[in-house]
Amino acid sequence: MELLTFGDTGWGDELFRATLMTIAVSITAMIVGFLFALIFTPLKLSKNRFLNFIANSYTTIIRGVPELLVIYLFFFGGTGAVMFVASIFGYNEYIKINAFITGAFAIGIISGAYSTEVFRGAIQSIDKGQFEAANVLGLNKFGKFFKIILPQTLRLAIPNLSNVWQITLKDTSLISVTGLVEIMRQSYIAAGSTRDPLFFYSFAAVLYLLLTFVSMKLINRLEVKYNRGY
Amino acid sequence: MDLELMINSLPKLLNAALITLKLLSVSLIIGLFIGLFFAILRLNKNIFINRFAYGYSYVFRGTPLLVQIFIIYFGLGQIEYLRSTVLWVILKEPYWCAIIAFALNTGAYTSEIMRSAFQTIKPGIIEAGKSLGISNKVIFYKIQIPIAIRQSLPAYGNEIILMMKGTSLASTVTIMDLTGVAKYIISTTFKPIEVFIVAGGIYLFMTFIIHNMIKFLEKKYSFN
Repeated sequence: MELLTFGDTGWGDELFRATLMTIAVSITAMIVGFLFALIFTPLKLSKNRFLNFIANSYTTIIRGVPELLVIYLFFFGGTGAVMFVASIFGYNEYIKINAFITGAFAIGIISGAYSTEVFRGAIQSIDKGQFEAANVLGLNKFGKFFKIILPQTLRLAIPNLSNVWQITLKDTSLISVTGLVEIMRQSYIAAGSTRDPLFFYSFAAVLYLLLTFVSMKLINRLEVKYNRGY
Repeated sequence: MDLELMINSLPKLLNAALITLKLLSVSLIIGLFIGLFFAILRLNKNIFINRFAYGYSYVFRGTPLLVQIFIIYFGLGQIEYLRSTVLWVILKEPYWCAIIAFALNTGAYTSEIMRSAFQTIKPGIIEAGKSLGISNKVIFYKIQIPIAIRQSLPAYGNEIILMMKGTSLASTVTIMDLTGVAKYIISTTFKPIEVFIVAGGIYLFMTFIIHNMIKFLEKKYSFN
């Protein structure tokens, strides 16, 4: 237990900060994912074949390739890509990208592919009559989307989005390979310096379980809120 | 684009893909038995057995696969007693540690898939079996299991693909699977995009094959 004390002798405060980092990366990645879903869901639903093809390639490739490989692509390729763009503007110094940004972006792209599929499914399962009724009521495009379609989409999407959140939360453990100090990386450091990997990795598992447990409870509340009309 | 590197790295990556497939198939087979075992425990009416099976699947589904591999590979080696037993022959090999972690992980997901498949079987089918005088054992093996397998095919197909992506984590415990070799080539040549296209292409191809195999099986065993 003294291994977990706060201060210079224990790893408690380090692991606490690492847990906050995991939460921060997960939330950022989830938001990045929503932005991607915002772009690709309309493309998936569009009648244009080319736009369809783009959105389908995105979701198929990301969901068919291991997360670790995507992270390596961003970890090794991110710096090169940014430096290439910078060199066009005449900046030739070495640029190091923040591990947080690389990680959140890589996981965000992955979670975006899953979110896109969830939103597509939710919008498609809304009754056609709802769209027609909104038209009959004379609502404009924005009113139709924000007042009629979006609330119903959210109700249908929340259970599946909670799965996406769980996947995203667990995927953040893979960013530890890029050196970002989140739960997994901190446990690795602690295990290395105390030679007690069994304890620290088990403790990391407990932390992840705690995070999934608490977030499930919070999401259940959201579900109740959006289901109140049913 | 460095086409030459892409062509040169293809045979190495294909070789590594064989290791990925080996990891996948061995852990899926073991995981299937673990899953079936725990699904049956979940259907048990004894509350302790039930809770135990639920706890198993909750823990393995609620923690990242990476943690599970690290606990088994780095953590278990720390126990002095374990080093003196026969188990150590298996546990000192990263290959078997990865397979144990994968099998336990996929077993947890498989048990959930199978449990829900067993629960969707209509009671009328079991009653029909009973009224024909078939024994409970035969009903279970000849009626419930085949129906449950058919019911769980689509979800199990997804699980196979998720597991295939999961095997990439074997590269973190020094196994040179497809991702491991891809990372090695990237870090020696600093050409991440080219290697990603080749390695990602191989993964996508495997996903495609698995997807179609499951679709074929679904059609073959469909009720209509």
